[in-house]
Amino acid sequence: MYTETIAAIATALSDSGISIIRVSGPDAITAVDQIFMTKGRKHILQKVSSHTIHYGLVYEQDKPVDEVMVSVMRAPRSYTAEDVVEIHCHGGILITNRILELVIETGVRLALPGEFTKRAFLNGRIDLSRAEAVMDLIQSTNEFAMRSSFSQLRGSVFSVIKELREKILYEIAFIESALDDPEHIDMDGHGEALSQVLNELSFTLKKLIDSAKDGKVMKDGIGTVILGKPNAGKSSLLNALSGGERAIVTDIAGTTRDILEETVRLKNICLCIKDTAGIRHTEDIVEKIGVERAIQSAKEADLILYVVDASVPWDDNDFEILSFIREKNCLIILNKTDLPSVITEDIIYETTENRYPVIKMSLTQQSGMEELEEAIRDLFFHGKISFENEVYITNMRHKEALQEAYESILMVIESVSKKLPEDFYSIDLMNAYSRLGHIIGEEVGEDLVNEIFSRFCMGK
Amino acid sequence: MSEIREKVDVCVVGAGHAGCEAALACARLGLETVIFTVSVDSIALMPCNPNIGGSSKGHLVREVDALGGEMGKVIDQTFIQSKMLNRSKGPAVHSLRAQADKADYTRKMRQVIENQEHLIVKQAEVCELLSEAWENEQSVFDKKIVGVKISTGIIYECKAVILCTGTYLNARCLCGETITYTGPNGLQPARFLTDSLKKLGVEMRRFKTGTPARMDGRSLNYERMERQDGDKRVIPFSFSTDPDAVQIDQAPCYLTYTNEETHKIIRENLDRSPIYAGVIEGTGPRYCPSIEDKVVKFADKERHQVFIEPEGLHTNEMYVGGMSSSLPEDVQLAMYRTVPGLEQCRIVRNAYAIEYDCINSIQLKSSLEFKKVKGLFSAGQLNGSSGYEEAAAQGLVAGVNAAMGIMGREPLIMDRSESYIGVLIDDLVTKETFEPYRMMTSRAEYRLLLRQDNADLRLRKKGYEVGLVSEEVYRKVVEKEEAIQREISRLKNTSVGASLEHQKFMEKYGSAKLRTGTNLAELMCRPELSYEILEELDDNRPKLPQDVIEQVEIEIKYEGYIVRQRRQVEQYKKMEHKKIPDSLDYNDVKSLRIEARQKLQNYRPASLGQASRISGVSPADISVLLIYLEHFQG
Repeated sequence: MYTETIAAIATALSDSGISIIRVSGPDAITAVDQIFMTKGRKHILQKVSSHTIHYGLVYEQDKPVDEVMVSVMRAPRSYTAEDVVEIHCHGGILITNRILELVIETGVRLALPGEFTKRAFLNGRIDLSRAEAVMDLIQSTNEFAMRSSFSQLRGSVFSVIKELREKILYEIAFIESALDDPEHIDMDGHGEALSQVLNELSFTLKKLIDSAKDGKVMKDGIGTVILGKPNAGKSSLLNALSGGERAIVTDIAGTTRDILEETVRLKNICLCIKDTAGIRHTEDIVEKIGVERAIQSAKEADLILYVVDASVPWDDNDFEILSFIREKNCLIILNKTDLPSVITEDIIYETTENRYPVIKMSLTQQSGMEELEEAIRDLFFHGKISFENEVYITNMRHKEALQEAYESILMVIESVSKKLPEDFYSIDLMNAYSRLGHIIGEEVGEDLVNEIFSRFCMGK
Repeated sequence: MSEIREKVDVCVVGAGHAGCEAALACARLGLETVIFTVSVDSIALMPCNPNIGGSSKGHLVREVDALGGEMGKVIDQTFIQSKMLNRSKGPAVHSLRAQADKADYTRKMRQVIENQEHLIVKQAEVCELLSEAWENEQSVFDKKIVGVKISTGIIYECKAVILCTGTYLNARCLCGETITYTGPNGLQPARFLTDSLKKLGVEMRRFKTGTPARMDGRSLNYERMERQDGDKRVIPFSFSTDPDAVQIDQAPCYLTYTNEETHKIIRENLDRSPIYAGVIEGTGPRYCPSIEDKVVKFADKERHQVFIEPEGLHTNEMYVGGMSSSLPEDVQLAMYRTVPGLEQCRIVRNAYAIEYDCINSIQLKSSLEFKKVKGLFSAGQLNGSSGYEEAAAQGLVAGVNAAMGIMGREPLIMDRSESYIGVLIDDLVTKETFEPYRMMTSRAEYRLLLRQDNADLRLRKKGYEVGLVSEEVYRKVVEKEEAIQREISRLKNTSVGASLEHQKFMEKYGSAKLRTGTNLAELMCRPELSYEILEELDDNRPKLPQDVIEQVEIEIKYEGYIVRQRRQVEQYKKMEHKKIPDSLDYNDVKSLRIEARQKLQNYRPASLGQASRISGVSPADISVLLIYLEHFQG
């Protein structure tokens, strides 16, 4: 049996009416008890019988968060054969996430990809014949989680975390090399200099945690990129989706030179949309960079909206775009259908071998929006883009890691202020280093030893 | 003439620090053992620095001692200066380092070896390993060792071979343009074993290390250097040594520095260095760089320390620590003479670099037995490590495990939470190293628990179970442990009220006033208060030995950290206890990513914990493996 209690959202985060948060492990019941109240009474779940369901409210401090139904299944008669509590709350990303966060704050850990199933298997709940399927599930969900983890992180945050890690590693390496070679490297009185660095570190981490709450650290939603030739109407599409004049729209081809980014919510499906420079061969240096960036973001995207101008014939630029979106989830938007068309749906289906759905739109006439929303939702419910939960879970994982790194740095500050010897600093510095590494997908490995040797001249 | 065949239980090849511990362990466990050396005069030779111990290496010596090894006892009898390093730091990084009288050390160890029952010393070059095919469905062994052949043609039949060949395999020494095909100190190299190992399917590496010059002490001017003395009160390495017996008159060492002039000479002659000229093919250690390396890689450093250390009491030779080099001797002389105090120096033995063959150590199990050759063990520099202490530690483990194998008993395997030896061996068998491996305190993630002061508490029991530690010695440790626990619980239960008298006591020692009643253990956690100081408040204090008091104080003062570290260990142990059967074919585990599958197939880790430390194996791979194992074993 496992000693840790885990939690995760068990349903797809989408437009459904109800979402379920599953908590499993020895503390599942007591954890949910801390945030659940029924008829003004707390801590009732510990007393209820197994396989019962209870109506009540989830509270954050004294404020109600949502009306929920909570079901209690005691070990071993549950999915994982452990104590399991499921909170059925109102669907919707924000509330479901908030409730999961509240559960995590009671000391429960976020479940790893496939972990409920893994526990169910290891606790004998799943037939041995399904072992292969369980292993595949774990491997594939994990790979997805890894990929989405990095694609979710904003570029600037990535570099801030990298920088923080470098600073931490330098400090550990200095302390460790002095301990390993005390006759060559002296660190008496190092505590004071270190305090300065630690204060900066804790300040930056705190800022990151705060901005994680506002969603500034992680992108919300599915990474979506609008692609197309110049003047196909990409920026108009972004404006239509976001309902505002986010992008400058002109008749001049090549107006958008850098990437614009906008979070758009379509009936609870959250898209993080990038509008890109039109793809064409160009000699203009600034535009060229824009084109390169567009190609790069297309490679990283989860979903591509490829805007085709119906009034202009296919050319090499189109074929180039088609070649690098081959393996991607893509919707083709046939724009300007109000003008005399040279490109039709049939031509596109033929050229792309029916690979992608085509949606006819006229952005100037504002027609076709409904169909587009419908098509995106279809992709969802047919499981092609089923990772919305992962995106949110990933964000929460990032927050968890930031928080732990922050607490570790506070512990070092405490050790310094208590005037403990330097070797006691390493344990918490190392923890902060490794937690931050999880966010950007870097392991500790031989980092420390390499840093020691490259930065400090060891003796003998 | 007929072929001569001798019959023994164990053959130990090499009589350096690994070989000596390996042979002693086997013989002491009652196995007929022969130890081969190319020169009986060079048993337990210290061909490089004249010290035993140092940061984290001191821990290894203490652990070897606690397990019933010899190194600690011998250095306690032959040291000429001793220091506890990092004394101002936390107890986990305190580390003993002694200057040895090299000749004395060698002589003493030779006496022990020569007088050990069941142990024969034989001067010979071993040139061939004899093996037979090994067929057993339950294991991955391909072959089984059956003996060795020496260069004169005599065959020694045996059940186990422990290779401790140090830097001797195909060794060559380089000093500028001068290359000699010898082992350290001009000793005969081992020319045939590499080929014999390759025939067994062993993958070889080529490493390099170096040593500085030895000077004629009469040619040095110590007035121009800083004198460095040993500790006033010396602490012995061995838990069996009487502390009063090591309070000797100590010899001084000296400290001086290189300068810009030194660096200039080096820079101007780099083209004559075999490393920079590309003559050396072996990989050198980053932690023990030559002076050329230091000057090139740390170009902004204005000076480097140079430690002048005696090689012994009955010689004038002085070791020049910090200035190893493979530059030609004329450049060496010029550069050494720029260093204050060395202006008139005469070189007795020049500095040189040495290149040698070693194995890729991931081919070994944690018992130090080859995964594919039953009965073949290897220890020390041959495994790609460096250092006398690292060698001794591996030698002891290899020796014990060769014996355990022959006796049909479980091998001695320590994990990363039990000892530095465990960390050392785990690193060697799970992490591919491309340079000689040195023990470092930062490699031990649970070092707060792995202190040199508690090596006896950690490991005596294992030594006793193996059969190298007597029952009497073991019982003493058990009693010590009980005394420590008794005293800790007494201190936790001795309350201290917030009386006027107690407040005065706090004021006297600059400690915050008591707000409520507390106990002695709580007070000991305050940095300004200690066990000794608190005696004033402690009426019923029992008379306890110093080593018990030391443990009580550490356990209480650093309790918060120790508890956290123990929690980490619990987490770690879970994975460590999940064993992977030898016969597992990773190709059957389809859900593993290809990279992970190849790595695992290659390393063949013994447990899931070990598997998780292999680079390129992800947590999801471990989950997959866990499920597969449940399925497979269930």
